[in-house]
Amino acid sequence: MPIDIRQFHQTFFEESLEGLADMETELLSLEQAIGEGSGAQVEAETLNTLFRAVHSIKGASGTFGYGEIAEFAHALETLMDALRAGELPIDARVIALLLRAVDQLRAMIQAASAGRTAARAGEQSTAHRLRDEVETLLAAAGVAATGRDAPAPADRDAGGGPGWEIGFRPGPGLLANGNDPLRIFRELAGLGRLTARTDISALPDWEGFDPAVCHLSWQLRLETAASRAQVTDAFEWVLGDCDLTLAPLARSRPPAAAERRAPDSSSADTTPAETGAAAVGSIRVGIAKVDALINMVGELVITQAMLTQTANDFAPDKLARLQAGVAQLERNTRDLQESVMSIRMLPIGFVFNRLPRAARDTAAQLGKRVRLTLAGERTELDKTVIERISDPLLHLVRNSIDHGIEPPAQRVAAGKSETGTIALHAQQKGGNVIIELSDDGAGLPRDRILARARRLGRLAPDATPTPAEIDAMIFLPGLSTAEVVSDISGRGVGMDVVRNNIQSLGGSVEVESEPGRGTRFTLRLPLTLAILEGLSVQVGEQSYIIPLVNIAESICLTDAQVSRAAGGPEMFALRDEFLPLVRLHEVFNVAARAPSLADGILVVIEADGRRAGVFVDELLGQQQVVIKNLAAHYQRVDGIAAATILGDGAVALILDAASLVQAAHARSYAAHGYRGGAERGDAGELNNRTDAGTTGGHLQ
Amino acid sequence: MITATAPIHDDLEALGGDSQYLTFRLGEQEYAIGILKVQEIRVWDRVTPIPNSPRHVKGVLNLRGTIVPIIDLRLRFGLDESEYNELTVIVVVNVRGRLAGLVVDAVQDVIDVPPDRHCAAPDYEGREGREFILGLAQKDEQLLVLLDIDKLVNPEAIIGATPEALGS
Amino acid sequence: MATIMTVDDTASMRQMISFTLNSIGHSVIEACDGQDALKLAQGNKVDLVIADINMPNMDGITLVKSLRALPDYRYTPILMLTTESQEAKRQEGRAAGATGWIVKPFNPEQLLNVVKKVLG
Repeated sequence: MPIDIRQFHQTFFEESLEGLADMETELLSLEQAIGEGSGAQVEAETLNTLFRAVHSIKGASGTFGYGEIAEFAHALETLMDALRAGELPIDARVIALLLRAVDQLRAMIQAASAGRTAARAGEQSTAHRLRDEVETLLAAAGVAATGRDAPAPADRDAGGGPGWEIGFRPGPGLLANGNDPLRIFRELAGLGRLTARTDISALPDWEGFDPAVCHLSWQLRLETAASRAQVTDAFEWVLGDCDLTLAPLARSRPPAAAERRAPDSSSADTTPAETGAAAVGSIRVGIAKVDALINMVGELVITQAMLTQTANDFAPDKLARLQAGVAQLERNTRDLQESVMSIRMLPIGFVFNRLPRAARDTAAQLGKRVRLTLAGERTELDKTVIERISDPLLHLVRNSIDHGIEPPAQRVAAGKSETGTIALHAQQKGGNVIIELSDDGAGLPRDRILARARRLGRLAPDATPTPAEIDAMIFLPGLSTAEVVSDISGRGVGMDVVRNNIQSLGGSVEVESEPGRGTRFTLRLPLTLAILEGLSVQVGEQSYIIPLVNIAESICLTDAQVSRAAGGPEMFALRDEFLPLVRLHEVFNVAARAPSLADGILVVIEADGRRAGVFVDELLGQQQVVIKNLAAHYQRVDGIAAATILGDGAVALILDAASLVQAAHARSYAAHGYRGGAERGDAGELNNRTDAGTTGGHLQ
Repeated sequence: MITATAPIHDDLEALGGDSQYLTFRLGEQEYAIGILKVQEIRVWDRVTPIPNSPRHVKGVLNLRGTIVPIIDLRLRFGLDESEYNELTVIVVVNVRGRLAGLVVDAVQDVIDVPPDRHCAAPDYEGREGREFILGLAQKDEQLLVLLDIDKLVNPEAIIGATPEALGS
Repeated sequence: MATIMTVDDTASMRQMISFTLNSIGHSVIEACDGQDALKLAQGNKVDLVIADINMPNMDGITLVKSLRALPDYRYTPILMLTTESQEAKRQEGRAAGATGWIVKPFNPEQLLNVVKKVLG
């Protein structure tokens, strides 16, 4: 029964892609070192690592039947070998070629992983071109051409019988290598009829006897149709460690059977067909985490057993025990929850990893010099958040290079270093991860932003926004692309999309800028999508949850502190700014319990850098809730992000802070002209807003 | 009295795939929905209202961890609201993975109505909810209205296009 | 059956070899590099070692030398995984004490044949 090894293809794809990512990182730092002139000493170990990575891919791809990948990897391997043998200098040109080759390999592996076995015409020509370049480089350096691995020289004396006369005298090292003449004879016997005559004449007497040395030799007679090569193959491993003579037996009849092909080393006959590899995502989890999980489940089972027992023969005097058991259950559940959550957590380095390469490519394309520094790569985030933050970060980096970092000459003229720096820093703070992306470029072009905003009609003609408000305008649709729409950051992706993506993860993004000094984006992301820290508030007969991440503070207001311009929404003063007031009872069309402002509470919520005050009847308390999707069986509701199930089994709705703030400011925009980045929308209509995303998760 | 005539539906799927129906009562009228779409029947339980939703969407309910919208069929079909009590029942239906709970006055029975005993519904001019009527059937002197559950549980249908359905 | 140790830093190869050998009843110990393998060899009774050459921390050739220095492994069959073009490495391996080699790429059946040849 043929053994099906397709199940290992997935591992092969993953580890190969990882290996390529590692290679890329190494190559990029090599390139940087060369560029800075400090690349004189390239560590041998670096080259070995690079070589091994390609070698590994070559070997595995051949084994699993991906011939084209193996061939390409082979060419790359030869190049790496030449580099580490010093036959070729390591310069920027070679590294650039290697990087392109890495890209090509990556594309081929990804294609194979997605089940695309036949290479598209374009891909094939890229592969060929790269291989040609590699060969040219090697040829110029006088290194042997790569070519396909030449098969072992075929010294095939035709077989056909009647057989061979074999003289076999093992050398002293034969046994020491773990070889065994008996094994060889067994193999020969598989080829035909074998008879053997042992020669013990070389056996020394006892003093000279060394059991580690083979003192025997043999005369073998093998009647077989096998060829000389096939017979020699049986001795393949010991050829250097013995005296071997081979002579054909006298022919007594004409050669008959056709030569049997020896098992050769060509590629495996497993078909590289659909692997179904791409199907399921996977996570690598440290054993420690899994063990911890198993332990916790064990404790949970014990607690459950204890509670069951207590409940079964319950008597009032056992109440304390029951309560202790329940407290224990609470601890177990909390521990388990934290543990499970941490399984989905991956270090953000996974996402940071692709940025240096992108930065390099973008900078090269634009003729700018950029250095990307990373910090806090070990900060952990939920896997889904990591996957979905990747593109927004990429776009921010590209945008920074495109619009932020000035061309080298301009930088020097401004007294800055030729090479711009983009710094990425991730850290965990409370229930969030904060990612800062700052550059030392020219800062946001406020004049241009303002002009564009006015042109797009997002600004009342007489409005005078503050610098911070102007900066925030880059998140409006249509504003984020530069005057010259660059292919890099302009195509189809704007800052508004970036912000939407981040918001849909339950996060937020803000920008700060200083003209001539630089720009900083601050992303705030939840640690996990499934669980929310929330504040429970009472509005009428129902309680609602406001995500803690959106809460700035809560205060008590009196009616006197609220002002209302004619036809406009209510506003109140919070220190030095005026914020819109949202009465949730009105928004939700329910009766308020608190008769006046003074009897209730005002919760200042914050989203996208803007705030609003939300009036509720009462604060009920802080709690952790599991996010449940409302849209799964119903649909999206304005102002509501998701739902959750409370301890008593009732359903509570989780508020969508972003849309509430948005709508509040939209109303005030309509009434007062531009204020705080409001969307253009029909005045007074809560429902008429762009889809700015929700704060909820997507789990059932 | 309407008697059975020729079968009207090729699309058995809409009728629940086979001929078994769950019958329930709304006011004076008996209705039937294909049994295959019925997931379970629950007693009335507290429901969390959803802000700014149509009158007939009472809110959502926790069904063993799943959040399910609850629709009052009386209101959907333009009848007066009735008081919920311990006899009030929620029929949880599952249409291609979407769940919804329908509040009805009382559940009657599971009956068998072979396709040849269906007939087309007359034109209920002006009657609300008529787009959800698949047809009529007769069972022991009783006239049953066969409902198109798929349409009923469709998100757009839940909200409804008519101003009455949108409520205040 | 036998206890076989497979040494390779490429996880997919290791897994494939393990799986193949397990399928006919051998028990397999996996090591990800020479250092790992040396440790495991001393802690277990291994009947056959199949090792790749290019590995971090300790390559295959060094592993062979180290294993042969252990009394228990003086005569244990050790097979190297090599590619066609690595003739020099093969000789080096032999000089270090390797029993033989398996040429990459190979399919499961080829692997089983070689293992059968060696173990009998």
